[in-house]
Amino acid sequence: MSHLGGPLDTSGMLAVGPPGGPLRARGRPRTALRSTLVAVVSTVVVFGILVWITVNAPGWAEVQVSFFNATVFTNAFPDIVAAFWLNIQLFAIAEVLILVLALVLAVFRSLPGPVFFPLRFLATIYADIFRAVPGVLVIYILGFGIPGLGLPGIPTDPFPYAVIALTLIYSAYVSEVYRAGIESVHPSQEAAARSLGLTRLQALRYVILPQAVRRVIPPLLNDFIGLQKDTVLVSYIGVVEIFRQSQITQQARFNYTPYMATALVFIAVTIPLARLTDILVSRDRRRAAASAR
Amino acid sequence: MAPTATAPALAVEGVHKSFGQTPVLRGIDLTVAQHEVVCLIGASGSGKSTLLRCVNLLEPIDAGRIVVAGEDICAPGVDVNRVRRRIGIVFQAFNLFPHMSVLDNVTLAPRKVLHLAPAEAAARALALLERFGLADRQREFPDRLSGGQQQRVAIVRALAMDPQLLLLDEVTSALDPELVAEVLAVIRELARGGMTMLIATHEMGFARDIANRVCFLDAGRILEDGPPEQMFRAPRAERTQRFLQRVMEAGRL
Repeated sequence: MSHLGGPLDTSGMLAVGPPGGPLRARGRPRTALRSTLVAVVSTVVVFGILVWITVNAPGWAEVQVSFFNATVFTNAFPDIVAAFWLNIQLFAIAEVLILVLALVLAVFRSLPGPVFFPLRFLATIYADIFRAVPGVLVIYILGFGIPGLGLPGIPTDPFPYAVIALTLIYSAYVSEVYRAGIESVHPSQEAAARSLGLTRLQALRYVILPQAVRRVIPPLLNDFIGLQKDTVLVSYIGVVEIFRQSQITQQARFNYTPYMATALVFIAVTIPLARLTDILVSRDRRRAAASAR
Repeated sequence: MAPTATAPALAVEGVHKSFGQTPVLRGIDLTVAQHEVVCLIGASGSGKSTLLRCVNLLEPIDAGRIVVAGEDICAPGVDVNRVRRRIGIVFQAFNLFPHMSVLDNVTLAPRKVLHLAPAEAAARALALLERFGLADRQREFPDRLSGGQQQRVAIVRALAMDPQLLLLDEVTSALDPELVAEVLAVIRELARGGMTMLIATHEMGFARDIANRVCFLDAGRILEDGPPEQMFRAPRAERTQRFLQRVMEAGRL
């Protein structure tokens, strides 16, 4: 490889033998043990350094008192968990509405031909607007604007507006996920369905959507995780959910530990879902590899 | 116009089709009588597949008429879904529905289009699967089947709609050589049963055996057609001779 600037000479690398060959297979158990050891040691070192820096920081004593106060934690935790019930209701109701509304939007956008231009146009504008406007603003505008109209019979409780706002915001994202799934199904599938006499809607319902939805379950779960966290945004319009509750406790006790408790609740709920998403992704990858043979 | 029993199964009259600026079909005239088997041969890109897709209304034509059992299926206002019920098509790449079992693949259209009761649709599908040696595969998903089995399921799926005309679009081109025979055997069996078929194929030996008539397509036109003996022994057109010469050199005849 003395020729500078010339094409990369790979003959020397190839002579070593392909990776995963007999040499490597024989050494595998010892390699695995060593990899685990390296991982453990490097993790302990990295986190050890981080902890050491934190507890030796000049302000650590005050931070410890105001963020990691065991008494405050024990007292605040039941209220915080109770308030989380509202978040669960929020995202459970909103998620169902999102899955339906987003699917309708995605189907609108995938309809071909000039007849359906208005529907495609509406769905496109919708996705553009609700992805452009920050979620907090949508929540504010709906939560204060609609009750502000003073229409008779309209609810004054902020909860329904919170659900509607989250649904509107997330449907824009989720419809794009669905659309990607629909477009990933090969056109020959629709041709096969139509050639058997199925209508366009039947082809969509029985052939295209089942394949599309299956493929996008991992990204859908990902958006679901985002929705769980974004339920705290509705505290801005006066819904006393987990974040607002922790704020109330914090202000009553002049201590930030309730925020740590809230963070802990979200971690406990979100991590299982994140792992489930990972499992589904890797299962899909294995399946794809198996069917490609 | 009402369909009549005496009309040919298919009449293609002066059909033109372009993709953008590229003409693919340049005036096709072709008649397929009831119970007749017609093979379309010709180089890749000569328009065989496009012609089949046009007959099944998967591609709109630019000019001409396509008449199926006496009914002009390109006339405005024709219900394409009703037309397709009577015309089956089998694709080169099988196009089975990967999320459904073999049985569901076969019964979907009878249930949703013909509105058969699930039990009746299943019974009819099983009879067909049995006839083509696939009954023990009814619960499998397509990715668990060999290419030959998948293509046989695709043929059964088309047959389940009880079509008056079956279009076969190079159905063995995506198969490993050792799997071709089982699929061709199915088509032979259909021909014996009197199924009207229009077959685009590269299998010249098969075309010679099975066809009542062979059409040679060249650059979007039917250059020559006739009974297989004449087409393969004494083709008249120079281009047909050259095409068959090349096929012979490749050992495919």
